[in-house]
Amino acid sequence: MIYQQLMPYLLLSAGLFCIGLYGVLERRSLIGILIAVELILNSANINFLAFGRFMDVDKAVGQIYSIFVIGLAAAEVAVGLSIVVAIYRKYRSINIEKLVKLKG
Amino acid sequence: MQQLIGDLIFLLFAAITIAGALMAVGLKNIFHNVLSLALTLLGTAGIFIFLHAEFLALVQVLIYAGAISIAIIFAIMLSPPLSMKPVPRSMTKILVSACVSALVFAVFVYIFIKAPWQVSLDPSLGDYSVVHLGEVLVEHYAFAFELISVVLLVAILGALVIAREEPGRPS
Repeated sequence: MIYQQLMPYLLLSAGLFCIGLYGVLERRSLIGILIAVELILNSANINFLAFGRFMDVDKAVGQIYSIFVIGLAAAEVAVGLSIVVAIYRKYRSINIEKLVKLKG
Repeated sequence: MQQLIGDLIFLLFAAITIAGALMAVGLKNIFHNVLSLALTLLGTAGIFIFLHAEFLALVQVLIYAGAISIAIIFAIMLSPPLSMKPVPRSMTKILVSACVSALVFAVFVYIFIKAPWQVSLDPSLGDYSVVHLGEVLVEHYAFAFELISVVLLVAILGALVIAREEPGRPS
């Protein structure tokens, strides 16, 4: 009965988080980083739901926080993608190593 | 027998999630990355069903696997050169990033083993229904609920403003 314990869900979400962290650190393309951030947000969602299910709390609270995370992720993707489009229009590239204008 | 089948399905969904995540950060073509992300999100929806969050699983499929991955695909396809220009990777970056994330994972596992989790004795007790979810959402979390809608509105307006062509400047 793996699926009726807390630990497998925690390990799964930790794995997802670390893969996302690896993506954020290693990817050079802005869209790739956005995708990795989505993975991290998903691991947070799994954690909220797992703790909501296996701890003595109101069962709705974990789900409500997950709904908030999903809503904020949608807003984040909308803004992030429009920033990607604007950066591409200005620099003709989305490689983050070329975005050095703020260094002065 | 029933629990064995449940275990197998859980492991299947977990494997889909992890494999999709690995492909989403590992593959070279950005288009394949987005499709693997959609696979991961569908696997996560299956995990949500195991956690008795059927409504969240539906929302996950609708908003994440539907809207968000389609939005990313649109952004890739609307700017044609993005789809066929894989950025080269350096070996040292890969090694350093892999070491850092492996270290973080090890710390997580250590914490999971050491922490005294106060797990409830019977997790199936409690009200998992969507009716209860909606009541708590609009009674105790009404302010955050309204705030999220304002955030979404502002984000959409901001996205329009940022991505708009500047007038009088040919692109």
